Amino acid sequence: MLDLHKHNCLGDALRAGLERWPDEICLIESDRERENCRFTYRQFNEAALALATALQEAGVTADTRVAMLMANQSKWLISAYAVFYCGGILVPLDYKLPAEEHLKLLAHSRAEFLITEYHLWRAITKAEGFSSLSTKTVLVAEAPANTDLVGAKKWEEFHAARESKFVPRERRDTACIVYSSGTGGRPKGCVLTHENYLEQAAAVAPIFPFWPGARYLSIIPTNHAIDFMGGFIMPFTGGGTVVHLRTLRPEYIREAFTKYRITYMAVVPLILKSLQRGLTEKFASLPPLKRRILNALIATNRTLTSGKPRIGLSRRLLKDIHSAFGGGLRALLVGGAFTEPATIEFFHDLGIPIYNGYGCTEACTAITVNDQKPFRPETVGRPVRGMEIRILNPGEGGVGEVAVRSKTVMSHYLDDPKQTAETIVDGWLITGDLGRLDESKQLQLFGRKKNMIVTEEGKNIYPEDVETAFAGLPVKEACVFAVNFLWPARTMVGEQLVLVVHAEPGKQVTPAVVQEIAERNRRLASYKRVGGYLVWDRDFPLTASLKIKRGELASEIRTATGRENVVPL
Amino acid sequence: MPTLNETTDRILELAAVHFKVPREQLSPDDDFFKKLGINSLQALDLLTRLEQHFHIELPDYELQGVSDFRTLAERIQSRL
Repeated sequence: MLDLHKHNCLGDALRAGLERWPDEICLIESDRERENCRFTYRQFNEAALALATALQEAGVTADTRVAMLMANQSKWLISAYAVFYCGGILVPLDYKLPAEEHLKLLAHSRAEFLITEYHLWRAITKAEGFSSLSTKTVLVAEAPANTDLVGAKKWEEFHAARESKFVPRERRDTACIVYSSGTGGRPKGCVLTHENYLEQAAAVAPIFPFWPGARYLSIIPTNHAIDFMGGFIMPFTGGGTVVHLRTLRPEYIREAFTKYRITYMAVVPLILKSLQRGLTEKFASLPPLKRRILNALIATNRTLTSGKPRIGLSRRLLKDIHSAFGGGLRALLVGGAFTEPATIEFFHDLGIPIYNGYGCTEACTAITVNDQKPFRPETVGRPVRGMEIRILNPGEGGVGEVAVRSKTVMSHYLDDPKQTAETIVDGWLITGDLGRLDESKQLQLFGRKKNMIVTEEGKNIYPEDVETAFAGLPVKEACVFAVNFLWPARTMVGEQLVLVVHAEPGKQVTPAVVQEIAERNRRLASYKRVGGYLVWDRDFPLTASLKIKRGELASEIRTATGRENVVPL
Repeated sequence: MPTLNETTDRILELAAVHFKVPREQLSPDDDFFKKLGINSLQALDLLTRLEQHFHIELPDYELQGVSDFRTLAERIQSRL
């Protein structure tokens, strides 16, 4: 790995990596049985500089905001490096959001450039609000021939052969603006500096080292902090290889492990559980004798690896299982949402270390990582190097709100000083999560203080984002809450939202209203839907500007009723 | 080429078999996540089955923003 303390900006660190390992493979892109392309660091550099030159000619320079809207693929990383080379600020957007939300985030970020792919661009051009898109230049990859790109340029044709000029940035300059919530409420654009990323990468490198030959399978969207770090910055500053799959079907993910002998993969709990389910079914179908032998080997492995992972030993003991994972897997990194200890234990017993972590975009990815030394599936591990954790107002059992301080904490929320002031207090990032530090400095999480949920897919859902879907319901008032915010619960799994409805004076919440609620709920993306509704018979407390006083309303509801009165939808 | 209605019917049949749900319980406007009790990964699995049946390639993004059988059928129909 490069010594990242010697570099002032991501562009410089990445450039050093490209020069250090010119003949190593940095990128492989595969689509089903086909391999689309692979790049050495030298080839990657050439492709990126041709794009960087054209971007500079088009006006990208220090602090120019360039939005990136692509699924995980080679052009994402080539384009991102080109932007950093030009000194630009990258605005990675979640390609899974609907086009209307892309437009809102483009407007909020005031990105001057957009780099995207054809099917996403086509959706944007048809979305409501497209006419007010103010992005100056749009580059579209993989557009079919003879297609009207509505003013956009083809990514593949956007390159120049002249000399480009590297534009250095300082450590405190902005590297990226990353959105950690949707657009229904207040978009949270985390402004992250070059220092944030370089410090984070340096802190995590000892736990997940990369080297020429180490391969990372990139399946979490690269706009997400985890993949941006694990599937770009870390491998590219360590001489490693990133493998992209254009089709994220479980069978192709399984195949990629063996085909590319994967070293690391980051997953969200949903994928981990899917892998667990597949293996459990396979084990159950074994003949009784084979199953008994397997169980004995698993028990032996469990005993021998309780102090720390011993991957070489586990590979010998449970050869078939490890071969199915390619034989070179060192760890599965899981993050984005809380992982149930039973799932971590399942893989641990097979000798496949699950490094679960805890983090957030505001802290530039990881706050803690559990390296399973010793095996403690109920915790999210110890703080990574340079990270200070404080538990605010600890109550019963030492549980309180988790606050963190480190050079990785973001600069601010874009254009939102109020939210920034509420989130970063005296240099401490207030996470809104409840936890405690035990005697061995391992962090255990117990729930949330903030009004939001995180799905198993690692998506943060804020009630305000969902509420707009219920605007104009034939009721007097409606408001969405996280169920565990209304009625605190010591859990971080199975979280749900609830719609609180207050009928018009003298009226009831009729079956017709319920039907409309259900219909509108259905129109939301599946992970954003409310789990049920609660009928409330008092006026909502409002501010002078007629906004709902959420905290006050939550407190009234908490006192007057319980979660058993939520009607499932 | 099958009509849109035929494609929709075929999808409902395949989904019923794959997820072991009685065919008569499924209708075109159903939210398949909810009706089949599946997550986004399992939905991708369904897409693979449909590809094999219709002998086409369906990029993952064809499932983006789709949650009912009818819209899925329209997307498949346009690729037949």
